Amino acid sequence: MKATTFAGRNKVRYGDVPDPEILNGGDAIIRVTTAAICGSDLHLVDGYVPSMVKGDILGHEFMGEVVDTGPNVKNIKTGDRVVIPFPIACGKCWSCSQQLYSVCENTNPNGWMAEKFFGHPTAGVYGYSHLTGGYPGGQAEYVRAPFADVNAVKVDGLPDEKALFLGDILPTAWMGAELAEVKPGDVVAIWGCGPVGQLAIASAKAMGAERIIAIDRFDYRLRMAREQAGATDTIDYEQVPVLEALNEMTGGRGPDKCIDAVGMEAHSNDIQWPYDRAKQAVRMETDRPMALREAIMACRSGGIVSVIGAYGGFVDKFPMGAVMNRSLTIRSGQCHVQRYAQPLLERIQAGEIDPSFIITHEMPLSEVTTGYELFKNKLDGCVKVILKPGMTGGNDRPKMAVV
Amino acid sequence: MAKAQGLATMFGAVSTGIGVWYVVAPEHFLRTIGARPIDRRIATARLVGAQEIGVGSALFVDGRTTPWLATRVAGDAVHGAMLAMAWRSPDIDRKRMSLAWGAWAMITAADAAATLLANRTERTGVSDDEPLGSSEGALAVADGNVHGSVTINAEPRAVYDYWRRLENLPRFMKHLERVDEFDGTRSHWVARAPLGTEVEWDAEITDDVPGERIAWSSTQGSQIWNAGEVTFQRAPGDRGTEVHVRLEYAPPGGPVGAAVARLLGEEPKGQIKGDLRRLKQVIETGEVIVSEAVAGGRSRRQRPARPLGQAA
Repeated sequence: MKATTFAGRNKVRYGDVPDPEILNGGDAIIRVTTAAICGSDLHLVDGYVPSMVKGDILGHEFMGEVVDTGPNVKNIKTGDRVVIPFPIACGKCWSCSQQLYSVCENTNPNGWMAEKFFGHPTAGVYGYSHLTGGYPGGQAEYVRAPFADVNAVKVDGLPDEKALFLGDILPTAWMGAELAEVKPGDVVAIWGCGPVGQLAIASAKAMGAERIIAIDRFDYRLRMAREQAGATDTIDYEQVPVLEALNEMTGGRGPDKCIDAVGMEAHSNDIQWPYDRAKQAVRMETDRPMALREAIMACRSGGIVSVIGAYGGFVDKFPMGAVMNRSLTIRSGQCHVQRYAQPLLERIQAGEIDPSFIITHEMPLSEVTTGYELFKNKLDGCVKVILKPGMTGGNDRPKMAVV
Repeated sequence: MAKAQGLATMFGAVSTGIGVWYVVAPEHFLRTIGARPIDRRIATARLVGAQEIGVGSALFVDGRTTPWLATRVAGDAVHGAMLAMAWRSPDIDRKRMSLAWGAWAMITAADAAATLLANRTERTGVSDDEPLGSSEGALAVADGNVHGSVTINAEPRAVYDYWRRLENLPRFMKHLERVDEFDGTRSHWVARAPLGTEVEWDAEITDDVPGERIAWSSTQGSQIWNAGEVTFQRAPGDRGTEVHVRLEYAPPGGPVGAAVARLLGEEPKGQIKGDLRRLKQVIETGEVIVSEAVAGGRSRRQRPARPLGQAA
């Protein structure tokens, strides 16, 4: 089959790989109909997440049709259209019983590796380095989904464009707003207007936030935040100092809730940029936390900072004094997608949310390297790229691109 | 602790030996460091010798190593000052005394390093004879045996029953080839060893409390001596069963064999953790979970996450 693979730092390859096989009794094989490139795929390709191996198949946002199931699969059958949540859950351990699916205790065969890095292991994730198990990803024609009874959400009747994001970014964004306990009357500030940021804005709006302030530096993304996602205000941080602007906009209080939808490869205009960029380049810190620092400093005393941007390891100059002295709460987590997929599916079916507004580019899987170039470099107004293995018009020859 | 104790004994011996030399043959010592043996210097050398013997004996006798090692560092400073004073005298052999300076620098560095190490070890509060601050469960990680624990979302009796059928062990213990039970207590074990070899031994169950504890030991005449115990405790808050395993074994080839095995990636502590993780998978989900990157292979050697078959 054809798939997208990691080919070394900043290199993405499209070409032939072996087909997946059923390895465990609960597995299903999915024929991918649509996949997406996620911001966290860029962290992997950029080389900031350890334990990537050349040849790893990328992609953890995908959906498709069930073409084969193992002997233990009961709830889904060949022919079902399903979205696959990115964290692989076993459904049997204590964490799964608490709906903490992304920290499932059983699905990461490289638990020892994750344990060294994170203290305790996390769940397996498709196409997301060997720290999360070394599972092949979904930017491919076929994928094996383990414990398919727990890890496949049936989406019959919903077009791919509306259903696809149930596998990661819509639940991630929703959980971000939920962790922030967004409620009517709140002023919510959201750092990052990428796909997750846009959907976090939409989620905060659905939860009744009174004002939603979106922060980014790309005009087209800020426009999307205002015009399509539901932000009431936007800040281009290249034009205005964010802390001052937020204080001005909130009568000096600061936003009640701050959501970091940026993560480990943040950008900044001030002295933090050369400082963190240099430390990260020589591997003295793994993550650049400029957005997180700013969110903490901005948040009103007693407020909540919700972190859904992806972090990989260790951050530097973390303003713990502000957290402690101003009674802030920090909440975070890789999304427990299985907890949110069904209720959000119902909201989409009811017409309350349509996450498809973030899609700016649709292309055949064979053009995936172009997709990475556009998304990473924010070219051509790119917010979200979706890939269609079956779509015609692409050049199906193997290719490699430096992105 | 054992490491610091060993160091202390070694330094104690060296200190005492040097001290005896200074006291018994001060002229020889002074000539060695390039200083002419005059009366004043002979007296000083004897005094320094007495001090060395004192510290040396203290390191042997007293259980606490840090303060005495620190005394050695202080002594080194005094000796350095003495050498500096002697250096200014016209009657010294500068070549020999340069060598003495070198020796002094090395001894001082060794003393300082040993003091730091002993200090760190002693401050952890883990001691061979009495537990200072840690309770028994916490001390289990410091007793030198291989240990591991995992919490399994199942009743203690169910986990015990699974383990007690020894034929099940190779399902989650990666290095076990097979276990055959002869009768209620005796069994034969075959394990894979480094470099494609196999080791076998007979074992017998020495304690068996259904739902709580199993202990075993290899029988006399086994290829490798080993013993172990596993306990099954109800976890707080209805979270299933805490499984605690402790293994003692004499690795084939002794410490050298163990070091070689580690080089080959056979690290017992890592092994037991992996084994317990697989036990949890088997009991909770019914099978050992594999990803394409680790399927059929050693989990510690990475290979691309792609399907079996062509994965090299």
